[in-house]
Amino acid sequence: MELTGAEIVVQSLAAEGVEFVFGYPGGSVLHIYDELFKQDRVKHVLVRHEQGAAHAADGYSRASNKVGVCLVTSGPGVTNAVTGIATAYMDSIPMIIITGQVPTHAIGLDAFQEVDTVGITRPCVKHNFLVKDVRDLALTMKKAFHIATTGRPGPVLVDIPKDVTAAVCEFRYPESVELRSYNPVVRGHSGQIRKALDLLLDAKRPMVYAGGGVVLANGAAELTRLVRLLGYPCTNTLMGLGGFPGTDPQFVGMLGMHGTYEANMAMQHCDVLVAIGARFDDRVIGDPRDFGRISRKIIHIDVDPSSISKRVKVDIPIVGDVREVLLELLSQMEGQAQRIDRSALAAWWSQIDQWRGRECLRYDRTAEIIKPQFVVEKLWEVTGGKAIITSDVGQHQMWAAQFYKFDEPRRWINSGGLGTMGFGLPAAMGASLANPGQTVACVTGEASIQMCIQELSTCKQYHLPIKIVNLNNRYMGMVRQWQEFFHGNRYAESYMNALPDFVRLAEAYGHVGIKIDKPGDVEGALREAFARRDQLVFLDFITDATENVYPMVAGGKGLTDMILAEDL
Amino acid sequence: MRHIISILLENEAGALSRVAGLFSARAYNIESLTVAPTEDPSVSRMTLVTHGSDDVVEQITKQLNKLIEVVKVIDLSEGEHIERELMLIKVKAIGEMREEMKRMVDIFRGRIIGVTDSTYVVELTGNGAKLDAFIEAIDRSLILETVRTGACGIPRGERVLRV
Repeated sequence: MELTGAEIVVQSLAAEGVEFVFGYPGGSVLHIYDELFKQDRVKHVLVRHEQGAAHAADGYSRASNKVGVCLVTSGPGVTNAVTGIATAYMDSIPMIIITGQVPTHAIGLDAFQEVDTVGITRPCVKHNFLVKDVRDLALTMKKAFHIATTGRPGPVLVDIPKDVTAAVCEFRYPESVELRSYNPVVRGHSGQIRKALDLLLDAKRPMVYAGGGVVLANGAAELTRLVRLLGYPCTNTLMGLGGFPGTDPQFVGMLGMHGTYEANMAMQHCDVLVAIGARFDDRVIGDPRDFGRISRKIIHIDVDPSSISKRVKVDIPIVGDVREVLLELLSQMEGQAQRIDRSALAAWWSQIDQWRGRECLRYDRTAEIIKPQFVVEKLWEVTGGKAIITSDVGQHQMWAAQFYKFDEPRRWINSGGLGTMGFGLPAAMGASLANPGQTVACVTGEASIQMCIQELSTCKQYHLPIKIVNLNNRYMGMVRQWQEFFHGNRYAESYMNALPDFVRLAEAYGHVGIKIDKPGDVEGALREAFARRDQLVFLDFITDATENVYPMVAGGKGLTDMILAEDL
Repeated sequence: MRHIISILLENEAGALSRVAGLFSARAYNIESLTVAPTEDPSVSRMTLVTHGSDDVVEQITKQLNKLIEVVKVIDLSEGEHIERELMLIKVKAIGEMREEMKRMVDIFRGRIIGVTDSTYVVELTGNGAKLDAFIEAIDRSLILETVRTGACGIPRGERVLRV
């Protein structure tokens, strides 16, 4: 059957089971839009800015474990999407970005809306392609999906010149694809796993440190089984929250720059550490030399060999799909649990409980002004801990991570690696479309939300009943906090004194807005908002402008060098 | 330490810029880089000379392997290997310097492959140190132009790098 390039694109998406494409039309992609118009298998979601398209596709992927697809035009369409692509890349999110390009004969001639898309995106994609011949298109689409979803996942971009979308060729979508240069390891080395298990079972002060790789590999259930069998303490990174139940007594909280006192102390003082789908990044362990001050044996399980021994030398590397390795660990562990030194473990737990006694997440519950932590706690209560929570970047993100206890994976959606303000609302759109009927809330701040505020219009068009929890402290809170701690209270440009009236703004977009400025009204407002099941509600909480996120490890400091609320 | 890394990569547009981009993005050092197709036209072979600690070089090889178009990577410096570089050098060759230069080229087992009344073009192969030594051995003021390919290398013995 002979098809045009544009038809091939749409047929390939349909063959891959793609439900939604998030995009924005333009000159170079008009043939593709024309084909989308003629069919109803692949639905298109029209955003208001290409950054929103990329974040929405990303949020869709994170919340569903399917591939998010984004479609933008050449030139500014691409450059606008780059922030979203880089966001997905840093967090290893499987995504396909289809970009229009000027016709092949015009490439390199500074044509209208021409940009070197492959060049500009090369450092922030897992791979990218420029398709110059329509006969390569179907195979390239297949390769793109294969690469995006296997190994360490990531965004893959396919750049298609306009004439290629108009050209015609025989179409057959490949069933599978083999790439001689790309063969990610799936199963871990069983000898290494045996050695790891020996080390784990002989530990006196063990610690499980699990990151976003557990969520991406769908290994949360296996991790939970393993940790419960072992009886060991478990921490999650910001990206790993929900990988182990947040309400489980073995959970010691998130670790890192704003991690709990007990998680950071246990991380530093353990004698055997098993890192699972995590990468010892600077926001997690702080200064690697300080972390290495105390010797401990480290087991590192990761699908990406380059994540292993990058910042911290490990003793037992295991390369493989996290879930596969956990399954093998569990099967090798059968009948071995009695080897664990229970009295050493009890002593270790009593030490951890002592650290827990510091109650590092304490805040003033008697305040007359709304404390942001209180809002997140109430949000958790009102949603029964079952909502999908997206966030933007800053203080509100940390409070959401600390105070919303995620019991399941893919419920916590945030830009951990790149730290992209503006992510939360479009990501919530993707999450909401992926999970119709589920409660989706975006925890944000008055600075972040304005970075993609235009997507309120998209929410109206597609009836997305997202609840926006705006922790409005009239500051770029995290910037203000650093300026307070490290720049002598000089709040350079971190104050916004021309904020919009968010209630009226929400109403202008056709939504409901509620402003809350008393602690006593927080719960009622949340309940009212979540009762409006088919409407977007913008909750503008006027919170304490001076509140800081504690604990805090200053940039470049050691993990146990924590600033606690009680220190001040 | 100096490492010579040999890379087989798909002979596709953009593959070279992925490697070069990786080195600049991750602040790895490149001393030289040379690339050409192999006997299998679908594969190019690149030889890359870099300096770095063992940890850095381990990261470099891992990051290279992660590039989709990279088929195989080996660190030649890990074993016995042969390294060669080609230099073309244009020198002044006038009067008595003509004979002197000819002798020097013979000593270094080079060849004169271009001659005019006043210049020679000399072809010289060897490892980098030998080429450096030639430049040191002749009068600097006679050098008009040099061009070097950068090192290429191959393992000795049974060790083979192929698809």
